[in-house]
Amino acid sequence: MNHLITSFITVSFLKRPGVLLFIGVLLFSCANDEKKELASAIDIPVFQEMQAELTSPPKVPRPVGERKAKKLIVDMEILEKEGEMTNGVRYVYWTFGGTVPGSFIRTRVGDEVEFHLKNHPDNKLPHNIDLHAVTGPGGGAESSFVAPGHEKVFSFKVLNPGLYVYHCATAPVGMHIANGMYGLILVEPEGGLPLVDKEYYIMQGDFYTEGKNGERGLQPFDMQKAVNENADYVVFNGKVGALTGDNAITANVGETVRLFVGNGGPNLVSSFHVIGEIFDKVHIEGGNRINENVQTTLIPAGGAAIVEFKVDVPGTFILVDHSIFRAFNKGALGMLKVQGEKDKTIYSGELRDDIYLPEGGGIQSMPTTEEFVEAEVTAKTLAEQLKFGKQTYMQTCFACHQGEGQGVAGAFPPLSKSDYLNADVDRAIGVVLNGLTGEITVNGEKYNSVMTRQNLTDEEIANVLTYVYNSWDNSEQVVTPEMVNKVRSNSNL
Amino acid sequence: MKINTLRRLFFIGCLFYYGIVCCQSKGMVFIEGSRYIPLYGRDSTVVEVKDFEMDIFPVTNAEFLKFIALNPQWQKSKVKKLFAEENYLNNWLNDHDLKSGVNLKSPVTYVSWFAAKAYCECMGKRLPTIDEWEYVAMADKELRDARVKKSYNQQILAWYETPKTYNNLIGENSKNVWGVYDLHGLVWEWTLDFNSVLISGESRKDVDKDSNLFCGSAAIGATDLMNYAAFMRYAFRGSIKARYAIKNLGFRCVKDVN
Repeated sequence: MNHLITSFITVSFLKRPGVLLFIGVLLFSCANDEKKELASAIDIPVFQEMQAELTSPPKVPRPVGERKAKKLIVDMEILEKEGEMTNGVRYVYWTFGGTVPGSFIRTRVGDEVEFHLKNHPDNKLPHNIDLHAVTGPGGGAESSFVAPGHEKVFSFKVLNPGLYVYHCATAPVGMHIANGMYGLILVEPEGGLPLVDKEYYIMQGDFYTEGKNGERGLQPFDMQKAVNENADYVVFNGKVGALTGDNAITANVGETVRLFVGNGGPNLVSSFHVIGEIFDKVHIEGGNRINENVQTTLIPAGGAAIVEFKVDVPGTFILVDHSIFRAFNKGALGMLKVQGEKDKTIYSGELRDDIYLPEGGGIQSMPTTEEFVEAEVTAKTLAEQLKFGKQTYMQTCFACHQGEGQGVAGAFPPLSKSDYLNADVDRAIGVVLNGLTGEITVNGEKYNSVMTRQNLTDEEIANVLTYVYNSWDNSEQVVTPEMVNKVRSNSNL
Repeated sequence: MKINTLRRLFFIGCLFYYGIVCCQSKGMVFIEGSRYIPLYGRDSTVVEVKDFEMDIFPVTNAEFLKFIALNPQWQKSKVKKLFAEENYLNNWLNDHDLKSGVNLKSPVTYVSWFAAKAYCECMGKRLPTIDEWEYVAMADKELRDARVKKSYNQQILAWYETPKTYNNLIGENSKNVWGVYDLHGLVWEWTLDFNSVLISGESRKDVDKDSNLFCGSAAIGATDLMNYAAFMRYAFRGSIKARYAIKNLGFRCVKDVN
């Protein structure tokens, strides 16, 4: 019967889909009072009022779970305050809620958020907030422009699920963001995101200081560097070391970890990566689409992503912006410490430490793309031999045998006052020509290492050995190209 | 008629109490007018500033106390809510005393635009316009227009990053080339037309008046992109209303020169 009526209405209102939908819903609700299909998130009714739980990074508020949409009161205080960027470097941060990034806001689709933005009276500047989760002009910025000592209230209904950035949008906008005025607001779908064991809040930002990276003292913001996008610091959660050492985030083996990762910018895009983990799931750009098995996910400035992974083995996993100099030179580095039982099948740890011999049989050569060319200039005097020999030494031998032929104790034998060297010149030529592997004793110390075969001409070998023999209290032996050639052609040597 | 008479009496009363006879400009300096390009000029072009005199220092708590004693309608307890919000003189204990820790020689803050305007008028002066204020404020110790100097901008920004300067006393910062103190480094100051940048749509052609100082429009409207210290002043002015009383906001007066 219902079906018949619906068909009839479908025909008669074919050109008026809005009306059709309305009646369709009505009919449906008559047939089944329990389940109401809502046309859109706009129609989700709210029940009761609730104070939003706000958290400082890296913590996140409790999941929404099954709760119904509510009127959610968010109290956010803006504080301009001095903090520490890294050891000895002070910076005046502008913050939402006293932290960089600002407090995490957790909502669900349909919530009506009543936002109270409070600008502390001690602050110097006016501020506002643009929440990317808001559907409306300026994302709330227009309605929230607030002078020091004042409070602005506005409200919005969250319509689209996802992870969104919020930030200050007061002129000069770039400066307000560069000083730390950003954070994340999560809009969970109805019923909430699937529950996981651990959830954390991480946000990257780039900072521009008048002094260069590490320069001590109170560092003012440098507008020119910001315009040039030449960051002194790129950090997670507002400072170097916010997520390392004692501040590291933690999990236990077997747990699933969900990271809400944002990027406040102002300028740089993040290539977010966790060393030693593969993201099982990534909500790309914080939206609905899920990608699986991701190594590195791109997080745009003013954007976010939700990444999830199960931790299977214990250890310290390093969170980085894989634009890697940012991680190791500018601060974009965090740690996830995982405790629990090892699983040797998944990851064995170091089993052996062997010598690697790509050519087998103890003879190695450095890979080369071209045939070597005879040196164009031939040494005519001992002085020239020493001069050319030194050049070859500095290019080829220096790294291991060091500047004064002293070698490196326990690893690379000395050439200075070397009994092994001075005892047999043909042997020395052979070593340079063919490389040397295995245990030898030099000046009473045992060495067991590998010297690769050197791609040098007879003349170059003659020169470099002459240089070595005539330096550092050695025997002052002179080596000629003919001597080298003789050894080269005699494979027994 | 009646109102005019009252006004005249009020004015004369002020002159009497403050011992001001005529156009003596005690505590003021002469500012020679000129033409310059402010951050937001009318049509982003040159504006003209006529000769005027400006208070050397911002108005202090002590001076405002005297004013209030003689003009009870501006007392904390009596002021009309229309002219000053609840915060008005928040750092005063009552109508006659400051709270402990608040210095008489500190600039008066927590004053509304209405109160500041009334004070200046009582003194036979007026609040400076934005153009006048910015004109004097672009000077440093040596130059009348120091905006191109890196050190000029740096000093101002250093202040923006120094907390609680409203507790400082007047005159601690060095005076600029005009002989005026504390335009930067102490408190923000009211201007007569503080809200004109935002509400006069015609001041920025091609930009409708909704797009205030948010996001992009601010950058487009500026004539001096690097003077971001000035950006912040304009943003501040845009955020306030005439009845606001703010901890960081004081004022000084100017006077026309005939």
